[in-house]
Amino acid sequence: MKFVISDEQRALAEALEQIIEGAGGTGVARAWAAGDRAPGQELWAHLAELGMLGLCIDEADGGMGGTPVDLVVAFEQLGYHAVPGPYLESAALLPDLVNPAIREGLIDGSVIATAAIPGLLTYALDSASSTHSFIVNPDSISLAKAGEPIGSIDETRTLSELQATESATTLDEQLVATAIDRATLGCAAVLLGAGERLLHEAVEYAKIRRQFGRAIGEYQALKHQLADVRVALTFARPLINGAALDLGSPAGPRSVSAAKVAAGDAALLAARVALQVHGAIGYTQEHDLSLWITRVHALLGAWGTARYHRNRVASFILSPVSQLAPVA
Amino acid sequence: MNTDTMNLDLSEEQLAFAAEARAWLAEHVPATPLPSMDTAEGFAAHRAWEAELARGGWSVVSWPEEFGGRGAGLIEWVLFEEEYYRAGAPTRAAQNGISLLAPILFGHGTDAQRERFLRPMTDGSLIWAQAWSEPESGSDLASIRSTARRDEERGGWILNGQKTWSSRAPWADRGFGLFRSDPAAQRHRGLTYFLFPLDAEGITIRPIAQLDGTTGFAEIFLDDVFVADEDVLGEPGDGWRVAMSTAGNERGLSLRSPGRFCAATDRLIDLWHTHQEQEPLAQDAVVDAWIKSEAYRLYTWGTVSTLQDGGDVGAEGSVNKVFWSELDIALHGTALALLGPEAELRGPSAVSNGRWIEDYVFSLGGPIYAGTNEIQRNIIAERLLGLPRGGDGRKTS
Repeated sequence: MKFVISDEQRALAEALEQIIEGAGGTGVARAWAAGDRAPGQELWAHLAELGMLGLCIDEADGGMGGTPVDLVVAFEQLGYHAVPGPYLESAALLPDLVNPAIREGLIDGSVIATAAIPGLLTYALDSASSTHSFIVNPDSISLAKAGEPIGSIDETRTLSELQATESATTLDEQLVATAIDRATLGCAAVLLGAGERLLHEAVEYAKIRRQFGRAIGEYQALKHQLADVRVALTFARPLINGAALDLGSPAGPRSVSAAKVAAGDAALLAARVALQVHGAIGYTQEHDLSLWITRVHALLGAWGTARYHRNRVASFILSPVSQLAPVA
Repeated sequence: MNTDTMNLDLSEEQLAFAAEARAWLAEHVPATPLPSMDTAEGFAAHRAWEAELARGGWSVVSWPEEFGGRGAGLIEWVLFEEEYYRAGAPTRAAQNGISLLAPILFGHGTDAQRERFLRPMTDGSLIWAQAWSEPESGSDLASIRSTARRDEERGGWILNGQKTWSSRAPWADRGFGLFRSDPAAQRHRGLTYFLFPLDAEGITIRPIAQLDGTTGFAEIFLDDVFVADEDVLGEPGDGWRVAMSTAGNERGLSLRSPGRFCAATDRLIDLWHTHQEQEPLAQDAVVDAWIKSEAYRLYTWGTVSTLQDGGDVGAEGSVNKVFWSELDIALHGTALALLGPEAELRGPSAVSNGRWIEDYVFSLGGPIYAGTNEIQRNIIAERLLGLPRGGDGRKTS
């Protein structure tokens, strides 16, 4: 029994942080939102070089052979730094579902792929910046083309509906289900990272912003709101790590859904409180806080809504038969 | 397997330990719940249960064997607690002593004190009440006024003053608490930690009826009560430092094991199956109670891992306390919503003999005792988040 991340995982998080900061930090998201994809693509290539895009792929297939815990450690960093682009799709969802040639491209970064999953991930992210777009169904996958671009409240996200351009390739249902859960878990980790960053930004601002002659962080009205964010994030984290351990097991879907619900709730609270602590400056697009506030709101409805995930937990725990058999 | 890799796997020995506990509990836990611990009859029954636990060797699994324990590790302790709550075993009347006082006795007590107090604590023969709060000192504990005056002649101290909200005091045997031994000292200085018999001359106990009508706590009036030097815990004047190690325990692992919430959630799910028509919207609340209990269970394994690696819980205990106390109210409030018009009922005609409303009322105390949640949020904000102190009139020493 050991339920804390390892030194290697801590090192992985630090390495990612350095790379992203080195690539310009939030500047990457700013450029991406303005239509300049170069810094984002450069970061993508850099992360691919380090093997991050093949993190969850078996070593036999040219990947890093990492664990789902490694995956959530990495995606938390992407959330913390508001990194743009279809990483969840390319690094978590698709590797197990595409043919070996494309998988190889995903690993080395020459393929940037996005996807839509009817009923779960309605809109594909950044199709125009991707080399491939896929529609993933419960038992199949097909290449697709994107419709008209649709804007998002998160300006780094350009969305579109997809339309299949070839006949579907049949896939094992369990394989698809686990791949979707892997990416959903990654999304929960992104939300956790965004929530941690929102809390960090709010705390730092509360220390330096002065009103009525003292730092606003001295006031209990703000302290207690920020403390509640700390509580919510602290208790979302073990659900994410626990789901990483459960991924692929019968309890996997239940644990992933619990993690997505808790991470979404915690990140939303973080967004609300961070905005309130910042006041009017936080309400501007110019302030970086907007990157995480809008990202959190975008991700709440992606990879399964809270409604979908609460129902899925219910189908496990409220079953009269067994804790681990979903209600038919 | 790389032992550094995150895992929740238990060893054969740990699984066997849990199975042994489960088997013993299945055989010994009373089939009918004991009467409330906060009644005279119920307290006697709970005292007898402590003795039963001790006979089986299960009253203090994590203590050293020489004091009646099994020398079990933290993981085993958590497993035992899970089994304990799952079995529906009685509330621990000896809790104050075992979780709050004993760690201090192990750390700060004399050999003679450990000899006198620890063993009897394990079998219900010596039950402790806590004596922290005073009428004018609640959250601001350092402002206490009850005094200890030196009595050189008799080799001890004379206690005077008033303690209140003393849990278990109506029927307990001894109390532990802080008294101001240096009248010139301010706040946290000049306090001494005393262990005193509740039947000493000069002590008057006045039970206080709680929200549910039972007398779980009491006022303690001390009128020239003599306490010998052997009943001082730690050095005279060092009481605050000694006491603070208790506060950490109370907030942290020891008082609220995850087994408690997991077991309550299982019962809530049973209730949902029979009462879902009453409140269709309660399904999400049941799901959230499950998610949060699971979060608490997993978080506890993280804490155990940190402690085993030599880490410290510190102010994290405050995060823990805010979370479990709010979870407890939400969970029991959901049960009341499912019960609808039956929610207020007590006695034989009520679902589970009225346990849901009684446990709900008990849960309402959670954000108040062991340091209010407002104090916990200050601790989180200042010690974990690094926000500046002050700005709200609190003294900062």
